[in-house]
Amino acid sequence: MEESGSVDSVESLCSSTTTRSDRSSGPRVSDTELRSKAKAVEKVYKDPSKDELPLLPEELVQDSAKDVTYICPFIGPVRGSLTVTNYRLFFRCTDREPVFGLDLPLGGLSRVEKIGAASSRGDVSYGVVCKDMRNLRFVHKEPEDSLKKSVFEVLMKFAFPVSNNMSLFAFEYKQVFPENGWKVYDPLAEYKRQGLPNESWRISKVNDHYELCDSYPATLFVPVTITDEELRRVSSFRAKGRIPVLSWIHPESQAAVVRASQTMVGQNGRRCKEDEKLLQAIMDANAQSHKLFIFDARPSVNAAANKMKGGGFESEDAYQNAELVFLDIHNIHVMRESLRKLKDVVYPNIEESHWLSNLESTHWLEHIKLILAGALRIADKVESGKTSVVVHCSDGWDRTPQLTSLALIMLDSHYRTIRGFQILLEKEWLSFGHRFQQRVGHGDKNHTDADRSPIFLQFIDCVWQMTRQFPAAFEFNEYFLITILDHLYSCLFGTFLCNSEQQRLKEEVPKRTVSLWSFVNSQLEEFVNPLYVHYPSHVLFPTVGIRHLQLWVSYYIRWNPRMRPQEPVHQRYKELLAKRAELQKRVEELQREAANRMASSSSERAGSPTRSITPVQTFV
Amino acid sequence: MICSGFFVTSGEVEFCSANPILKYTQDDLSQRGVFGTLFCTNFRVTFISDEKPQEKTDKTFKNKLYGENDIPLMCVDHIYGVYDEKRKLITGGLVKNKYPSKMIIHCKDLRVFQFSLTFSKEEDAKKIFQGIAHHCLEEKSLKCVFAFSYMGTPSPEMQWKQETVMFDSPEDWTQEMKRTKANCRLVTENENFELSQRLPKYFVIPLTIGDLFSYQGKGLPIWCWSHYSGCALFKASFPPVTQEDGDFQKHLDTMINAVAHNHLYSVKTEDLSESLPNIQDIQQSYNKFKQFFLIENSTDFWLSDVKWFSSLESSGWLDIIRQCLQKAVEVVECLEKDNTNVLITEEEGTDLCCVISSLAQIMLDPYYRTLMGFQSLVQKEWVAGCHAFLDRCNHLHQKDKEYHSPVFLLFLECVWQLVHQHSPAFQFSETYLTVLSDSVHVPVFSTFLFNSSHHRESVMKAESPLAQSGPLSCPTVWDWSVQFDSKAQNFFFNPLYLEKVKHDRAVRKPHKPKHQRNLSLPSTAFKTPPKKGFFKDETDSLKKMLRVKRLSRWRGSPDAPAATTREFFESWQHRPLDYHGLLLPCLDGPAVHIWMQRYLRWIPEVYILGGGSVAVMTKLMELLSQVQDLKRVLEQRDSSQAAKLDHRPYFQHRLLSFDSSGRLSSSFPFAYTCYRSFKPIIPTGLMQSLMVTDSLASQEDEASSVVSFV
Repeated sequence: MEESGSVDSVESLCSSTTTRSDRSSGPRVSDTELRSKAKAVEKVYKDPSKDELPLLPEELVQDSAKDVTYICPFIGPVRGSLTVTNYRLFFRCTDREPVFGLDLPLGGLSRVEKIGAASSRGDVSYGVVCKDMRNLRFVHKEPEDSLKKSVFEVLMKFAFPVSNNMSLFAFEYKQVFPENGWKVYDPLAEYKRQGLPNESWRISKVNDHYELCDSYPATLFVPVTITDEELRRVSSFRAKGRIPVLSWIHPESQAAVVRASQTMVGQNGRRCKEDEKLLQAIMDANAQSHKLFIFDARPSVNAAANKMKGGGFESEDAYQNAELVFLDIHNIHVMRESLRKLKDVVYPNIEESHWLSNLESTHWLEHIKLILAGALRIADKVESGKTSVVVHCSDGWDRTPQLTSLALIMLDSHYRTIRGFQILLEKEWLSFGHRFQQRVGHGDKNHTDADRSPIFLQFIDCVWQMTRQFPAAFEFNEYFLITILDHLYSCLFGTFLCNSEQQRLKEEVPKRTVSLWSFVNSQLEEFVNPLYVHYPSHVLFPTVGIRHLQLWVSYYIRWNPRMRPQEPVHQRYKELLAKRAELQKRVEELQREAANRMASSSSERAGSPTRSITPVQTFV
Repeated sequence: MICSGFFVTSGEVEFCSANPILKYTQDDLSQRGVFGTLFCTNFRVTFISDEKPQEKTDKTFKNKLYGENDIPLMCVDHIYGVYDEKRKLITGGLVKNKYPSKMIIHCKDLRVFQFSLTFSKEEDAKKIFQGIAHHCLEEKSLKCVFAFSYMGTPSPEMQWKQETVMFDSPEDWTQEMKRTKANCRLVTENENFELSQRLPKYFVIPLTIGDLFSYQGKGLPIWCWSHYSGCALFKASFPPVTQEDGDFQKHLDTMINAVAHNHLYSVKTEDLSESLPNIQDIQQSYNKFKQFFLIENSTDFWLSDVKWFSSLESSGWLDIIRQCLQKAVEVVECLEKDNTNVLITEEEGTDLCCVISSLAQIMLDPYYRTLMGFQSLVQKEWVAGCHAFLDRCNHLHQKDKEYHSPVFLLFLECVWQLVHQHSPAFQFSETYLTVLSDSVHVPVFSTFLFNSSHHRESVMKAESPLAQSGPLSCPTVWDWSVQFDSKAQNFFFNPLYLEKVKHDRAVRKPHKPKHQRNLSLPSTAFKTPPKKGFFKDETDSLKKMLRVKRLSRWRGSPDAPAATTREFFESWQHRPLDYHGLLLPCLDGPAVHIWMQRYLRWIPEVYILGGGSVAVMTKLMELLSQVQDLKRVLEQRDSSQAAKLDHRPYFQHRLLSFDSSGRLSSSFPFAYTCYRSFKPIIPTGLMQSLMVTDSLASQEDEASSVVSFV
C-alpha cells in the first residue's frame, strides 16, 4: 500500500496513485518501459536528497522543500521531502524502512488549505483533500524569508490551474503512444456494427454543427419517418434541446434504447405533437411490440416538482401506447452527499463495531442498487419484452447515461470487452455530453461547487458490481476500472476534459492532448481479465439485492494498508494457464520425438493421447 | 403405500402420509405449486410429487441420503401453521386442537417448505400434521434417532479411515505428539472413564503433572498442539474459584505451574468465558441472524433488503465471529511471537475452548488446512475432545434451551472466513464446509450424536447386543461416500489450493525469529501491581516460583490487546504471504463477510445465472483437470516416472460434466435453476426505501437554480 510499495509508484505512470503491491493482476509495465516504447526523452530531476524523480515529458519541477512532515493516519508522522511539479505532488522519506512515498497527480486534489495558525516553533499545518477518497496532512515550517513562497503556495497554484488562468497539464503532456486512442470511437462504425442505418432508422445531419443541441453529438440516429424540421420542433419541447435519439438497437427484435431529456410540459401541461409523433415512430420502428416504455430515472415526486420549473414528464394521455415508469434514482446532490458520508466512514479509520450500520447510513449501496435495478428493468423490457424504451431524467446527462450504458452492458457483450467499453464511454458519456468538467471540477479550486457530483464514479462502481457477479463475462479487470477513475481526475489525458463534444472540438482536445485509450491500448495485457470467456449472445441480468452488493473495498478503502486486496483467483488461473502451456509443450515434444522414433523404426502411426484434450482458447 | 423404490435408506419406516398435498414452489409469487404425497418416516419428512419427474439435468451433486424434497427429522428447525391467514409457531399445545390450512417448515439448513393441507381428507391432513409435529418437535430419546435403525452398508473402501485420524487410540495421540514434536505425557488412565466421564478416553497432559485423580480431573490442562519452538497450547475446564476453596486454588496453581514447565517457564492463561460471548449469547445471535435467510416469499425478501446491513449488525453474529477469530489471533501471537505456553480455560472446556484452539491450530499449522488434516482436527478437538454435540445441536428437541448453541457452526463460520480470505491455503472448498454444516443434522452419523467419548462408548456398547443384526453400524461423517459419490466429492476440493512444493521446506525455517527473550522484562516487571488485564495475572506465589515471562503491555487497558494484535497482524501482513506458513485473518469490518453459499443458496431472488464464484471455480477445475491429464500423459510417456503416479484418491477424473455454456446458477451445486425461465429478478417495493432524503433530494440538478450550497 502507501507504505510498502510506495517506491514503485514513483516509476509508474499508470494509475499513479495505486501501487504495485496492491495488485496481483500481473507485473506492471514500469514507466521506463513505457517510455522506451514511446521513444520519448525523459528528464530526471535530481532531488537534493539524491533521489531521482522521473518526470513525464513536459513535466517541470516547480518547487521542493525538505523537512516536511506528512501525518500519515496509518503509520504516524513521516519526515521527508516534498516536490511539486506542474503535474504532481511527490513526497518521499528515505529514512525509514521500507521507503515511504506519496505520488499523486495534482488533478486529484480538490482542496488545499492552511489549517490554523503557525505554532510556536513556526510550523504550519496544511490539509489536502483529494477526490480519490483520502485527505492528506502535512506540517511544514514557514520560510523565514517572508518574500519566499512556501511550497504549499506553489502547490495551490499548480493544483488549480484553471482558477489561475493556466492550462491543464493534459495540454502540455506530449507523450506519443503506438496507438492513437482518439480513433477508438467512430460513431458511424459503431452504429454500423448495430446494423444501422436500416429501413426504420436514419442518420440525421440536423446537429452537424451543434445548432440543434450543443450538448449532443453531431451524429444522431432517428426514425426515418421523422423529418429534420420536426426534430427542430421536438428540440424546443425537450430540456436543453436533448431530443429522443437512438442509443442502441437489439440485433434480433429491433427493440431500441432511446435516450432524451425531460419534456417541457410545465404546469399547464404543454404538448408537442412532433414529440408525440417521434415517440410513436420509435414504437413503430419495432414491429415486435405495440407498446413503448418510458423510463423516467427520477423519483415521481421530483419529476412532478419539475413541472413548476417548466419541465415534467410524458402524460399517458398525450402518449398513447406508452407506459411511464419512474426509477426513483436521486439527483446529483444526494449522490454527492452520500459519497461524502462514505468517505467519513472509510477514511482514515473504520469503526469496527458499527461498520455495517455506518455503511448503511451512507446509502451509497442503496443508490447503487437503485441504479442497477433501473438498468435491469430497461434491459429486461428490451430483451424479454422485445419492447423499445425511452430513458430520460431531467437533462438526460447524468442518470440517463448511467442507466443506458449499464443496460447496454447487460444486453450487448461487445461493451464488456476492453475496446467495447471504451466505445461505450465515448458514446454514452462523452459524446452525449455528460458534464465531466462540471461534475469533476478539473483544475478548479471551487471545491464547494454544487455542480460537482460522483455520477461517473457511481457508474463505474455499478460496472464493478457486475464484474463481481459475472467474473468471467468481462474482458477487463478491476485495475482497468481503477485506472479509468484515477485518470478521470489526473488531468494527464484529454479524454475526460470539457463538458461536451462541441467543447472538446472547440478546444481542439483531440489534437492537443493524449487520449487515455492511447495509454491503455498500448499495454492491454495489464488490463485483461484472465478468466474472460467471450459468449457473444449472453445477456447478463445481475442480482440487485443489497445482499449481493459489496462496497468496492479495493477502490474506496485502498489507502488503508490493512485492507490489502487479494486476487488469488487471477493469480492461480494465470499460473495454471502457464503450467498447462508448459505441459502441452512437453507433451508435444515427446510426441514429436516418439513420432520420429516410430517413423524410423516402422511406418505405423502412434495414437496420440493428447488429441483428446481440446485446446481451450486462452485469453492471456 | 410407499412404492419400493422410495426407500433410499434402509431401516426406514413410514409413520404416516397424506395425499393430495400442495407444495408451493418457493420462487413463485403467484402461489402455485405441485400436488403430491407427504410422508413422515422415522428418518425424514418427504414430499413425492404426483407428476412424473421431469427429465432433469443430471445432477452432479446429489446427496444419496436425502433429496431436495426430503427433510431429515433432525433438520427441522421450526414448524409454522397458518390458521385463517395468521401464522403461528407450532408447539405441543397447538397440535392437539386444529390443523392449519398451510404448514411452513423452516429447516436447519435454511430451506423453507410450504405445504397446503386443504386438499386432502380432513383426517389425513390432521394425521400428517400431528405426525410431523410430533416427530419433529416433541422431546424424544436418543434411541429414536434414525442412526439406531439405520442399516446402511459400510463403505467397502473405508478410504476415509486411512487418512482421517480418529484420535480414538493411544497410537493416534502418540503420532500427533511426534508430528508436532511435543514433549508431553499420554494419559491412558481414563480408558474406562474411571478418572472422569467428561474427559476424553485418551488425552495428553504436561509432563510434570503427577496427581491425576484429584477433583475428578477438573482443571487438568489438556494438550492441544505444540509449536515448533516448544511452547504449546493447552485447554482446561476451569470452574470459577470461590474464595473459600483454597485447596482447589492450590490445585489450579499446580496445574498452571505444570503448563509453564512445558517450555521456558512461561504461561499465559485466558479465561474464555470472561472475554467471549457465552453459549446462550451465541444461540440468541444466531437465531436472529438465520431469520434473515428464511425467506418465504419475494415481498419479504425485498422488504428485508432495505434494512439489510443494520439488521445484520443487530444480530451480532458477524461480531461474534470476529471476536472468536480475534481471540484465536491473540493465542497465535503468544505462541508464534512470544513463544509462550498458552492455557485457555472455560467452565466445561469443551465449547469455546474447542473453537479457539482449533482456529489457532488452523492458522499455525498448514496440515490442518488440508482436507484430511481438517477432519483429524475436528476429531481431535471436537469429537474425541468431548464437545457436547447432542445437547448443543438439540437433536432430541429438549425444551430446556440452556444447553443449545450452534458452537460447532460458529467454528465452521470462522473457518469459512479464513478460507474466504486466503483460499489458496486450503485444500478444501467452501462447498465442503457447507456440506459439513448440513451433515450435523443428518441423523445417520455417529460423529455428532453424542455428548462425550464416554457417552458414545456407553451407548454404542449398550446398543450392540440389543441390535440382533450385529454391531451398531453408524458411519462417521467422514465416510463421505455415504452421502456423495466420488464425482460429487470433487466439489470438496478447492481448485485454488496451492499444493506445497516439497523442496521449499528448508527455506521456511531460517527466517523464523528465535525466541524473543529480549521482549521479556526483567524481574522489576513483577513490581507493578497486578491489574485485571486481558490475560489474567497468575497468583503472586506462582510468579515468585517461576521466572514467568510477562510483557507489561498485557497489563494495559482492555483495548491494549486489540492494539497489539493489530500490530502483530500488520507485521505479518508486511511479510510476503506464505500459504504454507502462518495465516492470519483481517478482521476489519469490510473484511468479514457473510457465508453467502450457505445462507443464500435457497433464495431464488439472489441467484446469479451464469455468474457467481461458481463461474470461476468451474473454469479453474476444468483447467486443473487439463493440467492433470497432461501430467498423466507425460507420466505414461516417461517410463522412468511411471512409478510415481498420482496418489490422491479424489483428484483423479476431475473433469466434470458442467454445462459448458457457463450458465450455471450462482447457487450451484446446491440449487439448480432448471425450473426457472431465464428472467431477471426485478425488485419490488423500491419505493418503500427508508432512505431519509432531505432538502438535497428536491434540489435541481442544475446548480443555477440552487441558491447556495456549501
